[in-house]
Order: sequence, then C-alpha cells, then structure tokens
Amino acid sequence: MTTLPRPAPGAKKLGLVIDLDICVGCHACAVACKEWNSQGYGAPLSDQDPYGAAPSGTWLNRVHSYEAEPEGAPARLVHFPRSCLHCEDAPCVTVCPTGASYKRAADGIVLVNEDHCMGCGLCAWACPYGARELDRAEGVMKKCTLCVDRIYNETLPEADRVPACVKACPAGARHFGDLGDPDSAVSELVSARGGYDLMPEQETRPVNKYLPPRPRDAAACGGAAAAALPEPEAKGFLGWLDRALARLDAGGGETGGSETGSVEAVGGKGSGEGKA
Amino acid sequence: MNPAPSLILFTVLSGLGLGMIAWIGLGAGSDAPGFALAGPLVALLLAGIGGVCSAGHLARPDRAWRAFSQWRSSWLSREACLMVLALGAFALFAGLWVLSGIRLRPLGWLAAALALATIHCTAMIYAQLRTVPRWSVTPTPMLFLALGLAGGWLGVQAVVALAGGAAEVGLSLLAVLLGAGVAVHWQTAAAGARRLAAGSSLATATGLGGMGRLRLFEPPHRGQNYLLEEMAFRVGRRRAWQIRLIGAVLGFLLPAALVLLAWLVGDWALLPAFLAHVAGAMALRWLFFAEAEHVQALYYGAPER
Repeated sequence: MTTLPRPAPGAKKLGLVIDLDICVGCHACAVACKEWNSQGYGAPLSDQDPYGAAPSGTWLNRVHSYEAEPEGAPARLVHFPRSCLHCEDAPCVTVCPTGASYKRAADGIVLVNEDHCMGCGLCAWACPYGARELDRAEGVMKKCTLCVDRIYNETLPEADRVPACVKACPAGARHFGDLGDPDSAVSELVSARGGYDLMPEQETRPVNKYLPPRPRDAAACGGAAAAALPEPEAKGFLGWLDRALARLDAGGGETGGSETGSVEAVGGKGSGEGKA
Repeated sequence: MNPAPSLILFTVLSGLGLGMIAWIGLGAGSDAPGFALAGPLVALLLAGIGGVCSAGHLARPDRAWRAFSQWRSSWLSREACLMVLALGAFALFAGLWVLSGIRLRPLGWLAAALALATIHCTAMIYAQLRTVPRWSVTPTPMLFLALGLAGGWLGVQAVVALAGGAAEVGLSLLAVLLGAGVAVHWQTAAAGARRLAAGSSLATATGLGGMGRLRLFEPPHRGQNYLLEEMAFRVGRRRAWQIRLIGAVLGFLLPAALVLLAWLVGDWALLPAFLAHVAGAMALRWLFFAEAEHVQALYYGAPER
C-alpha cells in the first residue's frame, strides 16, 4: 500500500542521527553499506563497468564534502553523509504506482518490495535527497533499509544489531535509535545538540536528524587566516635593510598604481607596525 | 531532468489521442463516410502507441500491470487506470458508431470525461513533484490539457478533411491560437521556476547555511551515477532558445499559417498543420524535461538560481 501509515503517538520511529561535527569523511559508512547490502536482503547493489574507464554503481549512502566560508574567519570543511531519511511524509511512497514502496507502521522504516517494483523511477524523482537509486542490473529501486536484516537479526550478537554504517563508523559520528521515544539516547542527543531536518521546506518531515558542527573558538582559530598573520619584526642588518626598502617603496608608491604596488604597500605597513 | 524519448513520445502521443477522443466523444467530427472508422481509429492508435511507449521507460515492463493497483494514492496509477477506462469506453462508442451508425451520446460524453481526466492525471505525475519547481509551481495541468485539446482538435479536423468532410477551419485556427496562448502562459511562469522557487538551496539541503558561504568541496564519487544521469541533466540546455523557437514555429506559427491556407487551397492543408503541430509539441516537451531542475542536484553543487 502506498498510502502512508498513521502511527499512534509515541510509535517507534527508527532512524539515524549523524554528527557533522565528528564525521571525518572517511567513507567507511558508505563502503560498509555497499558491502552489507551486496549480500542477503534484496538484490545486490550492482556496479557497471567497475574496472573500466567509466565505472558507476548503486550506493545507498554517499559522503559529500562541503566548504563553509564564514565572513572574516577561515573556511571549514564539513563531511556530509547522505542517505534515506525515512521521512514521516515520504513523497517517494505516495507516488509509487505499484505498491512496491511502503513505510512500515511498526517502526517507520521506508522499504521497497523488490518483487513488485517495475522500475519506473518516479519515487527517485519525488525524493528531494537523492536517496533512491535504480539498480541497473536488477531494474528495481534500491534504498537504505536501515539494515532491517541486521537490527532485528537474532543470529547476530546484540552489539552488532545496528545498521552497518553505524557499526563501521570509526569516529562515532553515526547514531541509531528510536526517534519516536523522547527519552531515547538519540532523541536526547538531538535536543541537546540542536539536531535539524534537511530541506524542511519540502515538508517531508525526515526522521533522521543531523547535528550541526560545533562553532570554533574564534580566539583559537581566528589567527589561522593568512591575512591576519603578523609581519615578523626584523632586527640588526635586516632591520636596516627593511627600513631602507620601505623608504624606496614610499618613493615609488606614488607613481605606481598597479595591483603589485598595493600589495607592497600592505607589506610596508605591516613592517612599520612591527617596529612600533 | 533526463528527457527520455519514451516519456516524450508517451506524453505527446497519448495527449493527442486522448484530446481526439474527447472531441469525438463530445460530438466533433463529420458524418462523412469513413470518418466513423478513421477518426476513432487514429485517436485510439495515438493514445495506444503513447501508452505502449510509457512502458519503454520501465526497467521491469513485465510488472507494468501492477501499476493499476494504487489508484487511491498515486497519480501514475490513476493515469494508468483512467487510460484503460477511457480507451475502453471510447472503443465501445466507436464500435457502435461504425457497426450501427449510431453515436451513443452519453457514452461519448463519458469517454470524453475519462479522456480529459487521464490527461489531467498525466500532468499531475509531474505537477505533484515539489522537488522539480519547473513542474510544480507552474500551471502544468493546464498546459497538458490545452496542448492535448488543441492538438486533438487539429487531428480530428485533419481526419475529417481526409475523409472528404467539411472541416471546421475557423475553429482550428482558434484551437492553435488558444494552445499557443496557454503555452506562452506556462512558459512565462516557468521562466522564474528555478530551484530557489521551491525555497531550496545548498544551505537548506545541508542545513549548514549559518556557517557562511557554502560550496561543494568534493563530490562523493568521480564517475556518473543514476542520480546524475536522471536528475542533473544538462546537455542541450544551452540550445534551449533555438529548440523553443523550433517548437513555437512548428507547433503554432506554421500550423496557424497552414490553417489560413486551408481556406484558399482546401481542407487538406489541415493535415500538414496537424503534423507540424505534433513535431513542435515534441520539441517543447523535450524542453519540458531537459530544462526542469531537481533540488537533489544541489547536493552535487548545482548552481543556485
């Protein structure tokens, strides 16, 4: 059924909380996901031309890296794993014409019945997050299953009953739990760290949350910007040479209005401050 | 979005066929011998070929029958169900007309209503996608209905002319002009419907907007993937202006000129008018897909506009 379930208040909502402050961008989660989902549940995630000139393939988790450049402070690199958010108002489910795409009432996991999927691709179009990829070998839509074949698998040791990406993360940036329970560890993490939704304007109400990178201490890292580095103070012969060159620069600075001239002027100003 | 030929053929041909069904069901077309057979046959063929083309977009066409199951929630499923009902009702109407010479009006009206509802569902498959502002914030259902009805009217009149009947030349000119007007209306709305029209940017996609100016530092992979092929289509956008000109000339200007010519040289000129309109509609439908931007591409560093 491609209508969305109406879960009772307090119903289980399994999902991930991803800490962007901790993620180091090692792609171990993506590789572990690819490995686990190429065996067992559903069709294996295939690759096309894997050792050729133009390899491509199906992945359920992909790690982007973004550069954030604040005003007047050095840029920061944020590694950003992207996978299915198991939305409460999942548009991928309601658009499905065959009934293959569904959201489980019991735990909120969004899944694809691969025996019913006809590979029309409309669910991938409906998803704002690029969480669904059509497997080119099998011709069915693949997506994150939250490792349903791990989390309920009683043949695995209890410590391993978490999604493969969570188990693999060496930095502890990925957390798995019940986001429908306000007292769960993941829910407390979300409220303590200000966990947020991706693209809230699309009104999909994602279950997965992202924790923002913590702000950097301005005093500790503000000086790391090259523009803010102080000019070293020159003494002795080098100091005399510096002053002589500064005079030379002051003489020629009036005629030269080029870009290199202005750079020299900045240097001259810096050395002047160093002497004061 | 990737302008798959299967989807262009499907939406254009089924729209034309269903438009013809709507007009013939409402009583258009002549009593000239031959039209009772040829008119409905062309309409059913166009809609049928369009429907078959849609299966070309499926990775598992053997499971296409399952698409009739989710009419409660899915526009694609509703479209499939209504298409079969519309074709069935119209085939019955046309069969009775050919065999007994009687046009069963209420059945024709039912077929017409089902045909128009089917075109609306086809449009809603695209118009429902908030992820593609160019389809969802524009009057896409109006565009599909207008082009289906304008093209359908031209098709009916072309077959009337070929069957030796008296074609409605004046109304054909009106159909072309109204179709052109709606196309321009849609295009005006689409011109501003970029990703930001849905309020989406790299800042909302990542939630990192508060950290400063954002840019993609490194993509997750070097090669192509399904997402980029399907939803980050770029090839040909730089030729959009020329293709839109071709669409406007073939789709509306040339048909309008040929319809005017029909007054001078005879109704047969409606046939090239219809064929030119179909070619122009194909060009415009190619742009409908190729120019549409998906918010998902923001994650891959697509320009924010």
